[in-house]
Amino acid sequence: MAVYRRIYRPYSGRFTNENFRFLVLARYGLKTLFDSRPLLAFFVACNIPSLLFVLAIYVSHSTAAQALLNMKGAILNVDNFFFMRYLLFQATLSFLIASWVGPGLVSSDLSNDALPLYFARPFSRTEYVLGKFSVIAILLSSITWVPGLIIFGLQANLAGWEWFSKFYWVAGSIFIGSWLWIALIALLSLALSAWVKWKIASTTLMLGVFFALAAFGEAVNEVLRTSWGKLFNLGYLISVVWLDLFRVEQFSERINVRGSFVQLPAWAAWIALLGLTAFCLLMLNRKLKAREVVR
Amino acid sequence: MIELENLSVQLGGISILSNLSASLKGRAIGLLGPNGSGKSTLINTLLGFFPPSSGTARIFGKDIQTHTKELRTIIGYMPESDSFISEMSGVAFVRYMAEISGLPSNEALERAHEAFYYVGLGEVRYRKIGTYSLGMKQMAKLAQAIVHGPQLLFLDEPTNGLDPPARQRMIKLIGEIRDTPGMHLILSSHLLRDVEECCEEALILRDGKVAAYCNLDEERRSNRKFIEMETVGAKDDFSQAIEQLGCECAWFSNGRAKLVLPQDVEMRQLYSTAAQYSVQIRKMNYRRDSLEDIFLRAMDGKFPQAKVKAQSNGSL
Repeated sequence: MAVYRRIYRPYSGRFTNENFRFLVLARYGLKTLFDSRPLLAFFVACNIPSLLFVLAIYVSHSTAAQALLNMKGAILNVDNFFFMRYLLFQATLSFLIASWVGPGLVSSDLSNDALPLYFARPFSRTEYVLGKFSVIAILLSSITWVPGLIIFGLQANLAGWEWFSKFYWVAGSIFIGSWLWIALIALLSLALSAWVKWKIASTTLMLGVFFALAAFGEAVNEVLRTSWGKLFNLGYLISVVWLDLFRVEQFSERINVRGSFVQLPAWAAWIALLGLTAFCLLMLNRKLKAREVVR
Repeated sequence: MIELENLSVQLGGISILSNLSASLKGRAIGLLGPNGSGKSTLINTLLGFFPPSSGTARIFGKDIQTHTKELRTIIGYMPESDSFISEMSGVAFVRYMAEISGLPSNEALERAHEAFYYVGLGEVRYRKIGTYSLGMKQMAKLAQAIVHGPQLLFLDEPTNGLDPPARQRMIKLIGEIRDTPGMHLILSSHLLRDVEECCEEALILRDGKVAAYCNLDEERRSNRKFIEMETVGAKDDFSQAIEQLGCECAWFSNGRAKLVLPQDVEMRQLYSTAAQYSVQIRKMNYRRDSLEDIFLRAMDGKFPQAKVKAQSNGSL
């Protein structure tokens, strides 16, 4: 109908599937984010390491390329540790993206008191969180498990059946490990965004949770002469979980760290991370209400 | 349209609405009451934002607790406070809201443009909402409330902060929406004139309870013997004597009073009572009943309780 017909008319057309309506938030969120050129540039830069890994795998399997580059013999040992290192590297980048993007996602709605407009519609809090979560999840997926699995597929294709039958489970490790990381930092950034409406403060807090808590954990270790203070170090916890998922042993020897890599039990790291994820959900649930009751 | 069944709401341990029972059947219902009387809480409860502590409510026969999502599909809500996403352009914001309501992307865009033209913001629809004036923001809020073509519209203080011409435009739009077939609206306002101009019925709340529910036209018709008078020397005994005659009476400063005379009371009885108590009647006017009078009587607790009950039960 033409816009010049200035009358009110009820809507009688079709409706979209309500199961996927949360993706509206993801679509608008991503569009808004990519309107920012610095973010777009950084996002593109985050995919460069993946291209380098792809290139390295290709060169390690191509005698022509090796000859062209004057290389001889095996230049790359592609195993479970290779993929874990890849994920560790990408996780760092994804943390930076989540710190950049996450704090503004919910706080903009809260500071403008827009939540009643969402929840006055056939749209639940779960869908809202899912929609906002999707924004971060789509961004982080595209620099973690999606390229990770592509690299894995390329390696499996080039290395052949023998390599694949030995390392097929690594695909699952990449997928689960990535999603655990994505869920953790996405929910953490959303929860902080919901509780701290000022975006800069929220970003600072996000960095603080990772670095200040790690320092606090070390202080606990020193004072109490224990290693359980590492439970406050989220970066450490995810490393322990990934070591478990990627079945990497003798980690300190392989990365040439000085001293021993004190490793807490994997179950403790799993519980701590899942506990933090649940806590973030609880915080979101408490804050995301159409109307807040002031006691 | 809306049935309230002993609806009670407690927030933070404090009872905000207690045992509201009413059957609201009009197409345009004004929600009136002083600050803190529970108007916004009632709207928020009907929208499913606050859970009832006891009782329930039904909208178009559907329970608000069990059919929340279904009802929100056919409800439009214009909140009292500023609610928008300031970084978005007007049309993008309204389109976004339409898509969340379930409209496909293209239809949402088309209706967002329509809604913006309809509320008179067609020329500024690409500007960021954060740059809008207060009046424009009110209109943008109305646009997002109607973009998905609801059957029931909740308008919470729609004329707040509007200058007289903008208020007139808003009232005109609300009137047009009200007159659309199949459309219903609930208008909450402090401004009795808004309710008087837009609504057929008024639900007046006081301390979280129904103080009055009335059909405005019928009220006006039934109170033809409505008198405004100015007196000198009137005291409580005169006021009591007038009430003993059967008059409903509201006293204001400077000896001004508004009376509703029962059918069997004659004017001369007022004069003779005044003479009896040495009260001078300086001025006396017949006046049609206004919403203000109904409101004031309801606030004084003088709206006939039998009437409240009968009308609340839907026997208008």
